[in-house]
Formats: sequence, structure tokens, C-alpha cells
Amino acid sequence: MSSHRPVFRHPNLPANDLGYTRRDYEGLDSTLCAGCGHDSISNAIISACFELSIAPHRIAKISGIGCSSKTPAYFLGKSHGFNAVHGRMPSVATGANMANRDLLYIGVSGDGDTASIGMGQFVHATRRNINMVYIVMNNGCYGLTKGQDSATADKGSASRKGRPSPFEAIDLCETAVQMGAGFVARGFSGDKDHLIPLIKAAIKHKGFALVDVISPCVTFNNTATSTKSYHWVRDHMEATAAVDFVPMEKEITAEYQQGSATTITLHDGSRLDLHKSDSTFDVTDRQAAIKALEDHREQGQILTGLLHINHGLEDTHDILDTTATPLNTLTQKELCPGNEVLAEIANTYR
Amino acid sequence: MNKLASVNDFVIRFANMNGSGSASANSLFAKAVFRMGIPVSPKNIFPSNIQGLPTWYEVRICEHGYLGRRGGYDFAVAINGQTLKRDYTDLLPGGYFLYDATRPLDQTYDREDITLIGIPLTKICNQNIENPKLRPLLKNIIYVGALAALFDMDFSVLTDAITKQFAKKPKLAAPNINCLEIGYNYASEHFKDICDLKITSKKILDRHILMDGNAATGLGAVYGGATVAGWYPITPSTSVVEAFDTFTKKYRLDDAGKRRAAVIQAEDELAAIGIAIGAAWNGARAFTATSGPGVSLMSEFLGLAYFAEIPVVLMDIQRVGPSTGMPTRTQQSDILTCAYASHGDTKHPLLLPASPFECFDMAADSFDLAEALQTPVILVSDLDLGMNDHITQPLKWDHAKTYNRGKVLDHDQLENLDWTWGRYLDKDKDGVCYRTYPGTHPEKGAYFTRGSSHDEFARYTEDGRVYKRCMDRLDKKWQTTRTMMPAPEIRMTDHKALAGVIFYGTTADAMNEAVDLLAAQGCHLNTLRLKAFPFQDAILEFIQAHDQVFVVEQNRDSQMRTLLINEFNLDPARLVPIPYVEAIPIDAAFICRSIRHNTEQAPRTDKGDAS
Repeated sequence: MSSHRPVFRHPNLPANDLGYTRRDYEGLDSTLCAGCGHDSISNAIISACFELSIAPHRIAKISGIGCSSKTPAYFLGKSHGFNAVHGRMPSVATGANMANRDLLYIGVSGDGDTASIGMGQFVHATRRNINMVYIVMNNGCYGLTKGQDSATADKGSASRKGRPSPFEAIDLCETAVQMGAGFVARGFSGDKDHLIPLIKAAIKHKGFALVDVISPCVTFNNTATSTKSYHWVRDHMEATAAVDFVPMEKEITAEYQQGSATTITLHDGSRLDLHKSDSTFDVTDRQAAIKALEDHREQGQILTGLLHINHGLEDTHDILDTTATPLNTLTQKELCPGNEVLAEIANTYR
Repeated sequence: MNKLASVNDFVIRFANMNGSGSASANSLFAKAVFRMGIPVSPKNIFPSNIQGLPTWYEVRICEHGYLGRRGGYDFAVAINGQTLKRDYTDLLPGGYFLYDATRPLDQTYDREDITLIGIPLTKICNQNIENPKLRPLLKNIIYVGALAALFDMDFSVLTDAITKQFAKKPKLAAPNINCLEIGYNYASEHFKDICDLKITSKKILDRHILMDGNAATGLGAVYGGATVAGWYPITPSTSVVEAFDTFTKKYRLDDAGKRRAAVIQAEDELAAIGIAIGAAWNGARAFTATSGPGVSLMSEFLGLAYFAEIPVVLMDIQRVGPSTGMPTRTQQSDILTCAYASHGDTKHPLLLPASPFECFDMAADSFDLAEALQTPVILVSDLDLGMNDHITQPLKWDHAKTYNRGKVLDHDQLENLDWTWGRYLDKDKDGVCYRTYPGTHPEKGAYFTRGSSHDEFARYTEDGRVYKRCMDRLDKKWQTTRTMMPAPEIRMTDHKALAGVIFYGTTADAMNEAVDLLAAQGCHLNTLRLKAFPFQDAILEFIQAHDQVFVVEQNRDSQMRTLLINEFNLDPARLVPIPYVEAIPIDAAFICRSIRHNTEQAPRTDKGDAS
């Protein structure tokens, strides 16, 4: 065990609207390496869910295999979790979502789990627009098997093993935009102030929401030659518009001057305020998002922040035209057509 | 020449090109025979192709009720030039050869022991049908009309069938009926009394239906309460999910017209079963359907569902393996891969239907079994059962039956528990533990599902003793499983018989006939039809009660025999393999030959050597 949360809690911990304290959103102690970026992401998930006042038991956490996929044990201990098989988190999340459309599904995966073995499931979950938050803890390497390059390792980037990666890197955000994702963002585990609003916005977005989080592997891929190290990312990160997430119930007057912010109203009435800097682009424009990602890649920079949003899309349930009632609550009376119908069907086979 | 002669007992083989619309014409013929009350068994022998390759449709008409393949054919409808010679050569002596006489047969077609029935089908079409696009389709209808005349069939049965088929498009009915009449009149005029094969109405079948196993399986999933299906298209399983989709669209809508089912076509078989597992974990009844290659791909997930104890249903419609094998031909060769699918110590309950009636029943029951046992259940059907029409008892649903959702704790039960719950804690000592659905209770019942080793409270463990406890409990659950599976169908036709035969699935039709044929030759056999795995003691008792036990199945390696030997720890000599490897449905003549060969040659072994 590398990180122990202190047992002591302040007696007057602040509670959210449901009366839960932040502690109610925590999980077991992490067994990841000290300083692992993934633990920061777990904490950002905890903060986002706590601050949004989502009842922990109404969340299902689903993961694949790898260091990243172990983290659901370390957050949201009151939620059901499912550690599936390698690369298959998206299909399990898809099925779970079909069974009960009323829960919040947080999928956690890594770059090996998503960009290699699970690439097919990742792109198809994106295409179907499953209503879920898909978080990739992206460190450019296979940590659990001791640091082999993953498919998101940038060409030329060298991990502790020293050999520069000879292959083209897969940009999951760009792929997701191409696959029609309605919400695509990139965060950095070293910048929680930036990451938490992204996760909150992803949670509130209806449909598939990808948050690709660069999360340095302190043990195998935090070298000076790696483009996924804390140093490199800090030096080469360029954020798009800063994002403020404004829940519906806490609508506030603009803290920023009119004209400098773009406001996007989400499905449930919550708001995203984007504060433009000179370098930003129209995040609702799919082509602009891809161009911005490509431009930054060419310049050796990592574009972070909200990269693309299209909040008017139908999710899988809309597309399949399923009933509003969660399928897992339907009764036999609603499911079994009975004997009369069976006789009617049999007649068509005479 | 002795012309073949019979009433309601012969085999007709249609040779066509696939994609030419022949399937619907041929099934129109089979359905007409069925509606005349005569047992009929149509088998589509088709290529893995959409258009242009040879396809055959074999219809056995048998008023004695034997529905397996008989072997050989008495009447050929040879419409495909590509296979004309072969269809001609293989026709039984005394048989009848109907061909398109627009082009005459060359001099190599010189058999003197058959009757030629040349009808200039193409020419008739060109003369009578204006729209050239419709000609190939209606040509098939013309020969069906001709058959009605040759076999002295009740013509109105065919016209009624057409009317019924086109009830929604009456405009299409008229040209079809017209073509039936053209064919009928041509044959009546030119070939009157030439054919001594006849079909006469006889109400042998009364309440029966003519249905394919896959439709029955899909419908069983509807009645069994399945709400989520993840699937990936693969012959011959595709029509299972298509049936589920169609039936739920029609019979499973809410008041707003929204669907009470989610059918997701996945990107591959891995995702297909992943979707079903995710849904089942979350409290929905869920399934997927596939064939051999898909079972191979799903094996990893099946191991997860076994170890994490998730009640998922898999319908495996077997086809010829290994590898791609023959996608459109039938076999029973997934037995071992299904029984022990996935790495590590795994085993899965199997259901083995032999008719569409059982497909429906077992598909519905599979969800009860899966949820009661919290484990994957595999319904093992095959292409012959799944894709061919079979005469079957009308489907039945027990009105009093209620779904067995298994051990699931709801909010109030969690609230009032007087024991410490653990997801994998064997409270009832039957190996089956209590599960909870996500979202049930704010404070209680959450757990972490994993395919990694876990203790009673679903916590990760690398403690070998805890691991062993878990594996031993799963084995205990296997013993519970044994008591819940359908019992074998045992027929002790002769209590003094020294030989018994074990079989399962679609071998049943041919076996019923073979047993009668052998009995007529003085070779009496008791039979046992397996309906499920794991095996009950009654099966062992049957084996021990006979000197010689044959296991008849449609695969090379006698997989069910291996499974029986392994599970009952039998001396392999106790079970005589009768493997059938020809990739078309097994026939009674083969079984008779094989069993006679063994009964005449094999030395007797001692009984009761199972340990």
C-alpha cells in the first residue's frame, strides 16, 4: 500500500446537498505507486461527484484491466463496481446502461486498455453514444507489466527503458471526435483545478463523454525523455478555453465579463461557461477540434481542456427507442406476452 | 423399369441456384404438404453465399412420422445447370427427374432406370410473364404447380397458401396463382399419370406447427423475460436475435409505444457477450446468440461470468468446425468447448433442445436457471434445428409459472438483514450466494465485481486458502446445478435389451427411425436422450444397465462420449462411439449400419465398471 488516507476527519466536514460528506465518496486505500497520477484522478472523481451531490449508490463504476482499472476500488466505496476483462469495459458499461438507464456510469480505463486491446470497443461505444463518462488514465505505458510502451506513447518518446517509441501515437481525443462523441476533453492529473470541472461537465453531459487524462507513470515513464512525464506535460500543455461548470440549481451571475465567455446549456439545464483566450477555437465545431488537435501535435504541444461538445445528440436509449422505465425493473406481467399471444403466434406457423 | 411408387412416403430434392428465390417456392411446397396433414421435413442445404452457388432443398414426406433425413431421393427437381449431372446421377433407380426442357439434355444423360419429366420452364416463363425481372422467381412457382399435378395434390392448398402469404399485397398473389396454374396445367396435359409418387390429404398432423428452432429460441427469450440482447451476426445464429427483435417490437411495447427491450448489434462477439454480462450484472435478463467461432471468442468473458457469478444466457447454434469450417452446414461439435469454455477450472450448464418446442421451453427456462444459479447457461442448438422448419408441438406457456429471479436482496431485505452479508458468502450452504443490483440501497449491498480472486466479501485476495474455499464452493454450486437441470428422456423399449444408445439434439429424429428399423431386424435398443449437462445419476444408471452403450452424435471426436467418460469417470470401453461427420443432418440408415456393424463385431464388455 502506498497511500493511506488519514483516518482522522474533522468533525464538521462540510456536507453536500444530500447530506453526504466528501468522505462518503472515498474508497479503499490505493495500492498504486506513491505519486501515481491515477490517484489524483480518483480524487478528482471523488470531488466532482461530491460537489455535484450525486448519491454514491446511484453510480456504477466499471473498468477494464491495468493500473487504471484498479482505481475504482479507491473511490466511491458505496457504489457498485465491476472490474471486467482487459479492454472490455465499454461493452460491460453498455449492457449495464441498457439494463438501467437511471444510474450514472463512470467507466475507467487506461491507454493500454483503451487504445490497444479495447480500441474496437472504445470506438463503438463512442459511435453508439452510450450515456456514460469514459475516463482514460493515460500514461503512455503498461505499468502493471513493467513499463512497455502503449499505443498512446508519442513517436520518439522514451520511457525508463530508454528506447524511443518507433510507432505513431493514437490520439484518443481526436479518434473520439471522429467517431462522433458529443463530449471530448483532455485533462492532466497534475492540475486538479482544471480537471474537476471537466469531469463534472462530463457527468452532466447526456451521452458519451470522454475525459482523456494525461497521468504520468512515476515508476516507468516519468523520465526527461518521456512526453508523458510531469515536467514535459507542464511545459508543453496548452489549455483551450478555461471551463467553469455551473450546476442548474446554483445559477449565478456571470463572474466574467460578457463577451469573453461562451455559454453552453447542458441537457439538465446546467451551464458550461468557456472563457476564451486568443488561441481557442469553436469547440462545437468538430472540424475545428480536429484541426486544433493536429496543429498542436505538430508543434509538440498537448492541447488540454474541453475539446469538443455537441450536446444535442441522441443517446443509445433514444436511438433504440427504449421505454423510460429501467429495463431491470420491468415485471413478468410487462415482459411475458402470455398464452393468448402465443396461440396467435403459433397460428402464423400453420 | 420399376418406377418408384408410394403414397405419402418419399423424398424430393430441389436443386437450385441460391439467390434465385427458390427457397420461398420450395417452402411453399413443403408447407402445402404440412397443411395436408402429412408429416414433412424440409432441409435446406445451402452455400455460404448470397447469389449464384448451388443450393439444395430436400423434403421428406413421411406419413409414419419419421422426420430425420432418410438418405437418397426419389424425385429430383433439377433447375440448376451447375449441378444437373450430379443431381441426375444421384437420383435413386426408379426415380423421377424433373428438369427445364427449354434446353434438351445431352446424350450423356442416358439412364434407363429413371423417368424424365422435361418441362420447358424458361420458355413457358418467357411466353407468359411480361416482366423479365419476375421470370426467375415465378419459374420456381411454375414447377411447384407442376408438382401438385404430378403428385395429385389438393391444388387449393397451394392457392390458399399463396393467398395467405400475400394477404397484405393481394396484387402479388394473382401472378403467383397464375403461375401455379400454368405449371399444373402443363403437367396435367403432358405428364398425366406418369408419376407413381402421390401425396394425399390425411389428418395425421392436427395441432402441430411448422417452425424453425431459431424463431422458437428467440420467442423463448421473449417469454423468459429477456430485455437486453447483445449480438454479432453469424450464421446460423443470426435469426435467433432477429426473432427476438421482431417479436419484442410487436408484443413488448409500453403504453407510449416504446420498446421494453434493447437489442444491440455489437462490433464483435466479445462485445456481444460483454453487453449481455453488463446487463445481467445490473439486474436485467440478458443473452447473446452465436455459433462456434463466437463461442471461441466469448470464452474469456464466459470465464469471468463463471467466476464473478453473473447469470448470462448464451444461445450457441452449432455449425461445422473447426475454424470457419462450413458456416451453412450442421454439426454437433461445440459440446466440449461449451461445457468447459474458458481458461482455469470452469464448467457451464448446457441445455440440449431437440425440437423447436424444446427450443422455446429451454430458452425461456435458461433465464431461470442462470439467475437461480448465478452462472452462464448455454443453450446448445444447431443449424439443422435452428434454420430448418420442423414439425413440432404447439408452443406452450404455463400460465402459473413465475420467473425465478434467484437470490437477490432488495432494499428492504438489505435494511432488515440479521446476518452479515457478503456477495460470495454461502449462507444457504448450496453454493449459491445472495447478490444485489447496483443502485439498490444507499449504504448497504455495494460490492466490487471482479474476475480476480476474491473472498466472501468480494475483496481481492492472493491467499491460496481463501481461493480454494471459493473454488470449492463453486464446485458445490455445480452439485446444486445437477439437481436443477432437465432430466434425460429414457425409453426402455425392451427391459431385456442388452444394448442402449445415448444421443442428443437433432440426432433424435433419425434415431427414432433407426430404433424402429433395428427392432424390425431383431436388434432391440433402449434409448436415452440427453437434455442437459451436468449429467444426473439416471444417466450413469442407464449406462450401467446395458452391456453395450452407443453414443451417436454429429462430430468426429465423439465429444459427448468424452464428456460422459470424463464426468462419470468411466472406462472408455463402456461407450461405443458412433460419430457422424458428413456435415449434413444425420440419417437413420447410417445409424442402423453403424450399430449393426458393432453389435455383430464388438465383444461384450463387463457391466458396472464405473467408478
